[in-house]
Amino acid sequence: MPEPRVKALTLRINGRAFTVPAGTSVAAALALAGDFVSRSDLGGRPRGPLCGMGVCFECRATVDGVPEVLTCLTPCREDLEVVTDA
Amino acid sequence: MREACDLVVIGAGPGGLAAACRAAEAGLDVLVLDAQPEPGGQVWRGEARKGTNRLARRWLSRFAASGARFRPGARVVAAPEPGLLLVEEGPSSLAVRYGRLVLATGARERFLPFPGWTLPGVLGVSGLQVLVKDGLPIRDRRVVLAGTGPLLLAAAATIHAHGGEVLLVAEQAPAARHWGFALQLWRYPDKLIQGAVLSAGLAGVRTATESWVLEARGERRLESVRMSVGGREEELACDYLGAAWGLVPNLELARLFGCEVSRGAVVVDDRMETRVPRIHAVGELLGIGGVDQALVTGEMAGLAASEQPVPDALVSAWRRVRVFAEALARHDAPRPELRRLATPQTLLCRCEDVPLSALEGCRDLREARLYARLGMGSCQGRTCGAAAEALFGWAAEDVRPPCLPARIGSLRLPPETPPTPKRAS
Amino acid sequence: MSAFDCIIVGGGIVGAALADVLCAEGLSVALVEARSIGAGTTACGMGHLVAMDDNAPELALTAWSVALWRELRDDLPMAVEYDACGTLWLATDEEELAAIAAKVASYRGAGVRAEVLDAAALREAEPALTPDLVGALRVPDDAVVYPPRAALHFARRAQQRGARLMPGCPVAELRPDGVVLENGEVLAAGHVVLAAGVASPRLCPDLPISPRKGHLLITQRGAPVVRHQLVELGYLKSAHGSDGASVAFNAQPRVTGQLLLGSSRQPGVGSAQVEPAILERMLKRAADFLPGLDALRALRVWTGLRPATPDGLPLLGRHPGKPWLWLACGHEGLGITTATGSAQLVADQLLGRASAIDARPYAPSRFEVLHA
Repeated sequence: MPEPRVKALTLRINGRAFTVPAGTSVAAALALAGDFVSRSDLGGRPRGPLCGMGVCFECRATVDGVPEVLTCLTPCREDLEVVTDA
Repeated sequence: MREACDLVVIGAGPGGLAAACRAAEAGLDVLVLDAQPEPGGQVWRGEARKGTNRLARRWLSRFAASGARFRPGARVVAAPEPGLLLVEEGPSSLAVRYGRLVLATGARERFLPFPGWTLPGVLGVSGLQVLVKDGLPIRDRRVVLAGTGPLLLAAAATIHAHGGEVLLVAEQAPAARHWGFALQLWRYPDKLIQGAVLSAGLAGVRTATESWVLEARGERRLESVRMSVGGREEELACDYLGAAWGLVPNLELARLFGCEVSRGAVVVDDRMETRVPRIHAVGELLGIGGVDQALVTGEMAGLAASEQPVPDALVSAWRRVRVFAEALARHDAPRPELRRLATPQTLLCRCEDVPLSALEGCRDLREARLYARLGMGSCQGRTCGAAAEALFGWAAEDVRPPCLPARIGSLRLPPETPPTPKRAS
Repeated sequence: MSAFDCIIVGGGIVGAALADVLCAEGLSVALVEARSIGAGTTACGMGHLVAMDDNAPELALTAWSVALWRELRDDLPMAVEYDACGTLWLATDEEELAAIAAKVASYRGAGVRAEVLDAAALREAEPALTPDLVGALRVPDDAVVYPPRAALHFARRAQQRGARLMPGCPVAELRPDGVVLENGEVLAAGHVVLAAGVASPRLCPDLPISPRKGHLLITQRGAPVVRHQLVELGYLKSAHGSDGASVAFNAQPRVTGQLLLGSSRQPGVGSAQVEPAILERMLKRAADFLPGLDALRALRVWTGLRPATPDGLPLLGRHPGKPWLWLACGHEGLGITTATGSAQLVADQLLGRASAIDARPYAPSRFEVLHA
């Protein structure tokens, strides 16, 4: 049975809830959560998405408990739990 | 998990879709793998949902009707023996047995390091465009774009159409003839700057040639950019900078399979078959050539893989695209100034945080890897490798498995022989 | 024509360490390397500094070498990643556990600290390991380095003391009065040392050295790290396949937060290609010891070709049939560990003085084939 079409959905980024249009990638949603940061570099400085295409690995974050997920290749889903390490 | 097919296509951009359609329509059991959640590749990203681009819509519907199977979120991590791929799909691992293979892995942007390029808010040109298509809130955000060629205009048009405030589109190429030239790729008639910009839907947007970024500034994220605009410096406060210069093919898988690569492109015959039997390559892997080349070569590979004749018309169409594409490559080649933007403190390798100064004394990429950890991190040198080639002329090294970071479990061989394909190709 | 007191052919860790020692003695040295310093077999090793007690000469050389490394530790740059993590030799059954007592005695006899961990102590020390293990031998003074940077450190220190580093200079011929480079240039020297590892037989075909291939895998940063270098006690008796290949569990924590995994051994295999079937056997063996292994993220896999000799000991000293040629090669998998001791032994002989350990077990003259 096809699911009814969702117009908006809610996910949590670092514990805070955000509502985004369906079809939004997790990387794009990171911009809602403040400084568009996905991870910290080895010196603790913030990093955000760069390539948008799954190549640079800058956008990796923990998604639903799975570490190192490339958020630019991950669509937002209802109740998704995203944790950045920054 | 195991899968078997006559033909496996890696990459669901235009080239992969065209190959899959032609082969599946001829009755082959075709499996298409792509890292993205939907077919379309980078150039048609989001079109599977939105369907605004007519050409994309046509090919995506044809693909849906072709009988080819699509596995989203699938990343090939190793090819332990001919006819076998190891694939990672989110939390699960997959072994794929195949008769023939089409590589349609496309291209990525060429990044060059400049001070501040690691700040959040600094992205690629197409990288920013892709994120905007994927829902990055851009309305009333101030955007500066610095790059080259037709993709720069395409990104500006997308961002502009989504309500972003594009402050400046900085084209590195020296000549004004650039704009008309760039738009040939889009099959627009040759026009001068004004017409080209209007065609791209960029009325009122400031564009400049012989311009590039000097530095991105900010504390925890991008706050402003220092630009060189036609020989004069200016500083612009902005929220996003898209900065990248042209494309480079994603050659890692081709190298992993041992396909011959010459002058940055996979060597193929008129059936798009590489020097490795039963492995074909299409699209950007043959040298950057855009959607036209991807569709033509994809069809050729799909026909060849299903043992159909490849019409001469396709072969000559491909030759015509190549002539244009090679001219574009010369045009898009980064100018010398762009190779000198990084300071000794600027990070070249963003994964292992390797500054330019750490490479002092290194004579080649292997030394830079061994002595300074350049390219030894998660992206396996995909970002800094192309930069090091542009900056120092260092050639890429051989690719070994895993060709992407992968769970060790995904590298384990399947315990028994999976079922054979429905029929051999 | 330039003249040196000594030309060292081969810029791996052994040649680099020897250059360092000889320069410190005031000799003029050229270090001639076909490719890059520390980029051959050196770069492919795990970097384990390990006291090994398969036989008395091996224990003498490795124990002394590990002690020499420890003396250097304060001078090593951060990039060398010296980490005194110690080694745990893991016992899978009572038979192996029983053998540990004898090993403790043999280590202590060589001045190496060693202690027994029972099953409970092992679980506490390394909770990531399978609880099926019955105990372990702990050798706390073993350590780990990052080999290419260690080699580069020795080479650069030699350079500061006047050595001439010549990377990218393949040698065509060894002669009593020096070497001829492939580009035709002739370098003259009073002594010629061959330290070219697995490539040594190319320049001196009678050497009893053959390649022995090994596979390694490293994870991404942030892997749940183990604390010690871990090696199964059955390392030497580990099952051989029909192809003569064997695998054994070997895992190492890196200061980067990565986990480095070995090991495989394929005698006589000279191609560097990654072999999936061997890798599979190695990973299966490792997963027996580390149950959570499959979930860790692999970043790279590579191989190294170790220069193996018939008796497993290196060739350190004069070539008996060509007395003008000194050998410092054939270290198999112990080149990183014994680089310090090997350099010292060869330097002592070259300078005509006694060494801290008996050099005779490593003398090339032990091989009849070299007397021709």
